[in-house]
Amino acid sequence: MNFDRIKEKLSILADAAKYDVSCSSSGSKRTNKKKGLGDSSGMGICHTYTADGRCVSLLKILLTNHCIFDCAYCVTRKSNDIKRAAFKVQEVVDLTINFYRRNYIEGLFLSSGIFKNADYTMERLILVAKKLRLEENFNGYIHLKSIPGASDDLMYEAGLYADRLSVNIEIPTQNGLKLLAPEKNREDFLKPMKKVRNEIVKYKSEKKLIKSTPVYAPAGQSTQMIVGATNETDAQVMYTAAHLYKKYNMKRVYYSGYVPISYDSRLPAIGTEVPMLRENRLYQTDWLLRFYGFSIEELLNQKHPNLDSDIDPKLSWALRNLHLFPVDINKADKQQLARIPGVGLKSVYKILQARKYRKLGWHHLKKMGIALNRAQYFILCDSRDFLKADMSPQQIKSKILAQGNSKYKPLFNSQLNLFE
Amino acid sequence: MKIVLFDHSFEGLLSAVFEVFHLKLKEAKLIGQNNHTASFFDEEIWVSTDQEKAARVAKGIVKVGGKSDLTWLYRCFLSELAEVPQLILEYIRQLMVDKHSGKNDFSRNVVIQLQKINKMIGREKHRMDAFVRFEKTADGLYFAGIAPDFNVLPLNAKHFKNRYADQHWCIYDVKRDYGLLYNLESLRHVHLPSVNANLHSTPSNLLAEDEVAYKKLWKNYFESTNIQERANKKLHTQHVPKRYWKYLSEKYILDY
Ligand code: SF4
Repeated sequence: MNFDRIKEKLSILADAAKYDVSCSSSGSKRTNKKKGLGDSSGMGICHTYTADGRCVSLLKILLTNHCIFDCAYCVTRKSNDIKRAAFKVQEVVDLTINFYRRNYIEGLFLSSGIFKNADYTMERLILVAKKLRLEENFNGYIHLKSIPGASDDLMYEAGLYADRLSVNIEIPTQNGLKLLAPEKNREDFLKPMKKVRNEIVKYKSEKKLIKSTPVYAPAGQSTQMIVGATNETDAQVMYTAAHLYKKYNMKRVYYSGYVPISYDSRLPAIGTEVPMLRENRLYQTDWLLRFYGFSIEELLNQKHPNLDSDIDPKLSWALRNLHLFPVDINKADKQQLARIPGVGLKSVYKILQARKYRKLGWHHLKKMGIALNRAQYFILCDSRDFLKADMSPQQIKSKILAQGNSKYKPLFNSQLNLFE
Repeated sequence: MKIVLFDHSFEGLLSAVFEVFHLKLKEAKLIGQNNHTASFFDEEIWVSTDQEKAARVAKGIVKVGGKSDLTWLYRCFLSELAEVPQLILEYIRQLMVDKHSGKNDFSRNVVIQLQKINKMIGREKHRMDAFVRFEKTADGLYFAGIAPDFNVLPLNAKHFKNRYADQHWCIYDVKRDYGLLYNLESLRHVHLPSVNANLHSTPSNLLAEDEVAYKKLWKNYFESTNIQERANKKLHTQHVPKRYWKYLSEKYILDY
């Protein structure tokens, strides 16, 4: 192997792939077979973290950054004056295996610029995955970021070798897409997603009847939206996300704050800050939808089209719905407990366990590590003190904010989901 | 107050618990022998490790509290923290009174402390799963040195055995001076007299030919995947506290 040449390609093609924020390597049930290499049945592992605090779990690269398209928001776009490179299929296989054997990575996240056409590109991505599985007996994690417009046959084949498939929707609204990538249309993104969804459903039902049904994309499918490239509202982003979760059985929707990479006047100028706090709030909302039993209408609606930046979305919802509080810690069911600001799912579990043994008072809650600075205004426990005492939402909010922002640090960042 | 001393092994600890129950000691303090400084006022008993007694206690715990109680206590034991034997004793005492597991009674102090330790162990184990960096040696062995805060290597064994079933590997705890060696068939404990206590210090003539090249590629990848505009040093060190940096070859300036 010519290491200098590989090194150059790796810098170009890793740099071009880094804007895809997904690095999850969990959710697959692939175990080591026939004393081969690798296992991806556990929870995801971050082998290191980049200087911006993002998890590095997979070797995330493009096969090539040559592209025939010119999407304004993308560094790889045709009109951009950058160095181009392309890996050979075998080179990606060798890199993956050698990194994996040294315990650097959990597997491969492979994507590509589009050369010739969608299917031609997709075929090459599949070839890498196929070689890894069949020639190297590799059982590590493979995520193929698929090419919009790829045919159904190829999407089927991809799922036979990949753990996860994704097609990035990129721009949350139709109008935004028209503005920034006029050559593309929604259907190119949705069609492969539909195929993947249908195959997963089919696999699950056939598996019940025929045990030997070949595994299809065991870690499901995901997608990514860029936020802040167009002037969409949070409601538009999250209603699209909620739709994708429901209609396409998405395992994950990722939100990627737009990193300015172009002087194009349709886009935020270079030097504009990456909207990281907004990204964070969107993830919190996503979490509330998937794990806390909230519906999207409760969190975002016509009256409330954008998330608050100074408080988290659960607290914001609670302040708009004070009539539902206080909640009795010793009696409330799981759903109700999960809706208390400052009480996360782990705390819910602890409360449910501990109250089997005795009634819980403030000191118990404190010992469990519950964020009482927020929770105290919304609960009753085994004590006569109830702190809310007819305070208005505004009063509660300013009391909580006055406790200092440090405690108030965004609890979830985009990477917390590693251990989903 | 009776001081009950044992040899720092888990079986030793369980043997000591056995004696506490056997002698019906109401007030006993369990301490690993090296953590104890003798005093005038306490009476000391030294319990030698007895596999049979240890097995009986283990069986008793499993019978009353379930297998997960025993695993839980074993994991806490691996922390090597001086206060743990006593916490374990207190937990077992209550277990035998309640006749059911109290592992999830988060309102009890002993439980909260043990849960906290168990969580620390889990974190350290997970970190080792993540931060082990194998170096391929000239004879084809993948070798990694570690120096974990707690003695978690026994907990890592299964993970690495499942994952690297087709390669010879060795993970060596340089702090406690023992390692696990896998030879494609089974795992065994090894003691290697010549292992250097510094990680990443394998002399390059012992390394496989392409080893340095792959290390450089990995470092190169690590740097290329960073997004300058999102720099967040605080978050970074929160995920990888500085004391773990020694494991990460990608953070090393390679001076080969
Ligand atoms: S098709 Fe994909 S790689 Fe090509 S410019 Fe558009 S987003 Fe970028």
